[in-house]
Amino acid sequence: MLAKRIIPCLDVRDGKVVKGVKFKGVRDVGDPVELAEVYNQQGADEIVFYDITASYEKRSVMLDVVRETAKRVFVPLTVGGGIKTVDDIRDTLRAGADKVSVNSQAVKNTQLIRDGADIFGSQCICVGIDAKKIADNKWTVYINGGRVDMKLDLIEWVKKIEELGAGEICLNSIDADGTKEGFDLPMLKAVCNAVNIPVIASGGAGKIKDFSEVFEETGATAALAASLFHFGELTVSEVKEHCRERGIDIRMK
Amino acid sequence: MIAIVDYGAGNIFSVKNALDYLELDSILTSDKKEIENADAIILPGVGAFPAAMNKLAESGLTEIVRTEAKKKPFLGICLGMQMLFDKSYEFEKCNGLGLVPGSVEKMEKPGFIIPHMGWNKLEYGTDCPILHNIGDDSYVYFVHSYAAVTDEKYLAAWVEYDGRVPAMVYDGSTVYGAQFHPEKSGDTGLKILRNFGGLIK
Repeated sequence: MLAKRIIPCLDVRDGKVVKGVKFKGVRDVGDPVELAEVYNQQGADEIVFYDITASYEKRSVMLDVVRETAKRVFVPLTVGGGIKTVDDIRDTLRAGADKVSVNSQAVKNTQLIRDGADIFGSQCICVGIDAKKIADNKWTVYINGGRVDMKLDLIEWVKKIEELGAGEICLNSIDADGTKEGFDLPMLKAVCNAVNIPVIASGGAGKIKDFSEVFEETGATAALAASLFHFGELTVSEVKEHCRERGIDIRMK
Repeated sequence: MIAIVDYGAGNIFSVKNALDYLELDSILTSDKKEIENADAIILPGVGAFPAAMNKLAESGLTEIVRTEAKKKPFLGICLGMQMLFDKSYEFEKCNGLGLVPGSVEKMEKPGFIIPHMGWNKLEYGTDCPILHNIGDDSYVYFVHSYAAVTDEKYLAAWVEYDGRVPAMVYDGSTVYGAQFHPEKSGDTGLKILRNFGGLIK
């Protein structure tokens, strides 16, 4: 069977790693290539670079980061943030990424998902979603880093994404993000029930138990975290050992 | 020198990066002479089977690849592995290189997510030199929707995904095929590529 994946995410600005708490209060920390290598050593199943300023600044710096990482790290690499066009997808894949994650732009222009999947294959198109609860079992989709409510129903959106040919969904809960109180299980359950493509859980991880819980309680096939790994509160290997002890299928290095 | 066949299909740079990292001499090439003179050959590939076979033919490389594969260590990766077989049914029936008996068919696994994407654990079958020191509890990275159907005697390794999915095929001589991506399979994948490089005499 497929192993559940543990995915560290590196937020990158101007080629440097940063981490925002609830998307605010960014502070500079390090070289993304070196950090990716550290995560690789710890047994990361995949590494995500999230370019937080790609919307405003030149993308070429990020592509250099990807190019350098791809020479030293031999697990799948995903790049998200500011990907707007088929050309952006092509450039990112050519730099050495295996997947791209499209978020705001996918909502604004759904054709990007379809074109991306048709040209490069579903497997390299991940759709990132920021969603927030509005009522019991009801969530809406936000864009622009969680700032703009699109009044778009989450469940309708994930079904649409699957139909358009996306290969994967990375689901971030705005309510859980930064709280360290665990992943948003109700939201994940609802989305996993609605689609038949892999769902990555994102936002809220604070304790080692949160990772085993998300795999035991929901259909998520991967769990993503940024600050938790970034600030060394937990290592990827500790999380993986814990999940394996709980009987979850996990790849150990 | 390992020739990585560049016929315009797939992410050949990650294979090149991995070989560079392992300090195995390699060259991306679509030149017949270079393929002929190489000590070993890697056939990468991502995308659809008929398109890839057409591109290989348009590059004028089908025959040379078929001939050289029988003379020296040859590794097909992902779609490059599927191309080793007699035929595929992706979109339409299409002939492959015919280096390993068998065919390539759509994975039909009700209730299972297709593509089969992610890390899965190798189980071993027939003896295969490049898997010798890989060991139990080794995971490799897959992304595919079609899978090989072949005789057990060519099956060097498989993974469980609603039944056996061929992971590594071997013709018993020079031809190897990996359905997974060794260049994306962490230390296990690098070890397999190093083993392949070690076949060069």
